[in-house]
Amino acid sequence: MYKIEKYNELAKLVAEKRAENASLEPRRMTAQEKETLLATFHPDYKQGEFTVLTAGTNKGDKVPTQLAELLQGHSRINADEVDLANPDYDTDVLIIGGGGAGASAAIEADEAGVKAMIVTKLRIGDANTMMAEGGIQAADKPNDSPAIHYLDAFGGGHFAAKPELLEKLVCDAPEAIQWLNHLGVEFDKEPDGTMITTHGGGTSRKRMHAAKDYSGAEIMRTLRDEVLNRGIPVIDFTAAVEIILDSNGKAAGAVLMNMETKELLVARAKTVVIATGGAGRLHYQGFPTSNHYGATADGLVLGYRVGAKLLYADTLQYHPTGTAYPEQIFGALVTEKVRSLGAKLVNIDGEVFMHPLETRDVTAASIIRECSERGKGIETDQGMGVWLDTPMIEYKNGEGTIEKRIPAMLRMFGKYGIDIRKEPILVYPTLHYQNGGLDITADGMTGVENLYAAGEVVGGIHGRNRLMGNSLLDVIVFGRNAGVHAAAKAKETAQPEGLTLDHIAKFDAQLAEAGIETETVSPKLLPNYTKQASI
Amino acid sequence: MEKTVNIFLFGKKYEVPAGLTIMTAMEHAGYQLVRGCGCRNGFCGACATIYRIKGNPELKACLACQTEVQEGMYIATLPFFPLVKQVYNIENIKPTEQIMMQLYPEIYSCIGCNACTKACTQELNVMQYIAYAQRGEYEKCAEESFDCVMCGVCSSRCPAGISHPQVAMLARRLNGKYIAPECGHLADRVNEINEGIFKSLIEDLMQKPVEEMKELYNSREIEK
Repeated sequence: MYKIEKYNELAKLVAEKRAENASLEPRRMTAQEKETLLATFHPDYKQGEFTVLTAGTNKGDKVPTQLAELLQGHSRINADEVDLANPDYDTDVLIIGGGGAGASAAIEADEAGVKAMIVTKLRIGDANTMMAEGGIQAADKPNDSPAIHYLDAFGGGHFAAKPELLEKLVCDAPEAIQWLNHLGVEFDKEPDGTMITTHGGGTSRKRMHAAKDYSGAEIMRTLRDEVLNRGIPVIDFTAAVEIILDSNGKAAGAVLMNMETKELLVARAKTVVIATGGAGRLHYQGFPTSNHYGATADGLVLGYRVGAKLLYADTLQYHPTGTAYPEQIFGALVTEKVRSLGAKLVNIDGEVFMHPLETRDVTAASIIRECSERGKGIETDQGMGVWLDTPMIEYKNGEGTIEKRIPAMLRMFGKYGIDIRKEPILVYPTLHYQNGGLDITADGMTGVENLYAAGEVVGGIHGRNRLMGNSLLDVIVFGRNAGVHAAAKAKETAQPEGLTLDHIAKFDAQLAEAGIETETVSPKLLPNYTKQASI
Repeated sequence: MEKTVNIFLFGKKYEVPAGLTIMTAMEHAGYQLVRGCGCRNGFCGACATIYRIKGNPELKACLACQTEVQEGMYIATLPFFPLVKQVYNIENIKPTEQIMMQLYPEIYSCIGCNACTKACTQELNVMQYIAYAQRGEYEKCAEESFDCVMCGVCSSRCPAGISHPQVAMLARRLNGKYIAPECGHLADRVNEINEGIFKSLIEDLMQKPVEEMKELYNSREIEK
């Protein structure tokens, strides 16, 4: 039961119309309808929320205002205070970030026989990978193919993905699933071994593989266990704050900062992989986020300051179903799998207002329209929401389905007295994913030689929107890919010489030239949610 | 006037708005968290926390990001607990009873006090999954422990010194790799890709003009 009686009353209407709504097959929007909807209601189209960069490689491009401030900020360190001649760590491949991409890269680099090392500002596994709920795509069923997967992802991303990256994503997908399975990741299977797969928004075949609704957690904890089994060094609570270049302008390590003591350390490496994840904690446009605590766009800043190029940094994903109520879990992810299993989106009048499995950008925009222009949302203390009719799942698939397939959702709402088997829940879009990021080649390298990138920090794999289940896939495929190539490159690279942080002064000069005066230092590392900070 | 509650962070009293979680209450009080804060959504286990309510002797455990503050709550966070993780090569071990005896022999010292289960922040039946591990029933151990976030509170309460989350981690990997049925269609598809069966199909798509791709996408058949 809801503590607020108004919601119990409104939920009755949803229950009354459930049988009728369950039998509906709402039509999908036409291409034209989707275009108009996005242009009118999607946050990416709000011009006032973006700033055009005036310094750095992407001069002239627009990015979210909060990101522009960090990209065009000053270094956290004074280059003179760092002793580059006596590194604290020496390794072949330095991996910055301890999420799914970083761990995958480390395992592959280790497998290739080079020295790999992970640095992470929190703990290994404190990452968006851990929080991915719904699943991971791979075209491995007889009625499916990598080509169909390609078409779904390319169209869903508005035909903007880099073809060579998307090709890699879909063609390496089945092998990625097999690799995970052989590491011991438990996928939902039928007794004969057939994968239990469902649809995601915008998929034309059921290719979503899952481990209940802990898919990312199951993958991440297994990868972490494997990293530890291999004895790969993990330097935790240590952030990278600057990339170090060598005398030829190639990446050669990073300046690190102990998050607790603030001590600065130097790591020298033959190749560097940036795997720092996304930016939800920058709360673009004031949105809440489904992201983990450390999602502050650090990798974009690290790469940008040494001259790496960004691609599609102006496009973000707002997951359509963030929690709108209760306030304690405001913005938390309600997995798309809830809709894959049959729950529909319903407005205050109990009407199904759209097909529940349109792509995420379209669904988010449609919910925003329902709550604004159409006035059919439900008011909450934090704003607005629409109903996600979770009891419809068991109405269609039988009792016990929710506990078996989405136990995390049952638990998350259960803690606040809401039984999602009996009561619908209130949802509204939440900042979820950074579609854009560092531009890479098919071998994972950025525009700076020996500097690789993998995972959410990369842009161009998905285009301007991403399908459910293609991000878990991307961290595995491109994490492994970066590990393989960074290791191979390290083998043919001599110990870097002439280590320098000259890029800091050069970037400052560009800021000055552009007339940018700022006190902002970056990367941000962590958000500040203290009361003092909000005053 | 906003409703408030009195809580005690490491023994020190703070008055905070009712309705906050322990985590947001700490931030409201002025803590800039580095330790004990990860996903903030109940999946990572970083924010294990123990508390007592004034006047009640029962010691409770929770995740700070998933628990609302209450009046008279005495709170201590447990941002790190020294779990024992044994190192093994997943390729070289087998799902036999011996492997648990070899890697985690302390599970056989369980005295059945059930303190682990009472402490679990995910309300799992921890003692039961340890019993399955003792008997080499890894499939059951994996299922019973599946929702574990490895926060370590169970182990902090264990008189036998068991690192329950690590035992369960081993059981799940054994189950996923060796016990659960192999997936035939997955192996077939990997072989087909390696044989290059889809290569020309994909290359054809990659070269098509956008207008043609739009046409293909908008008219594609969607599986029911």
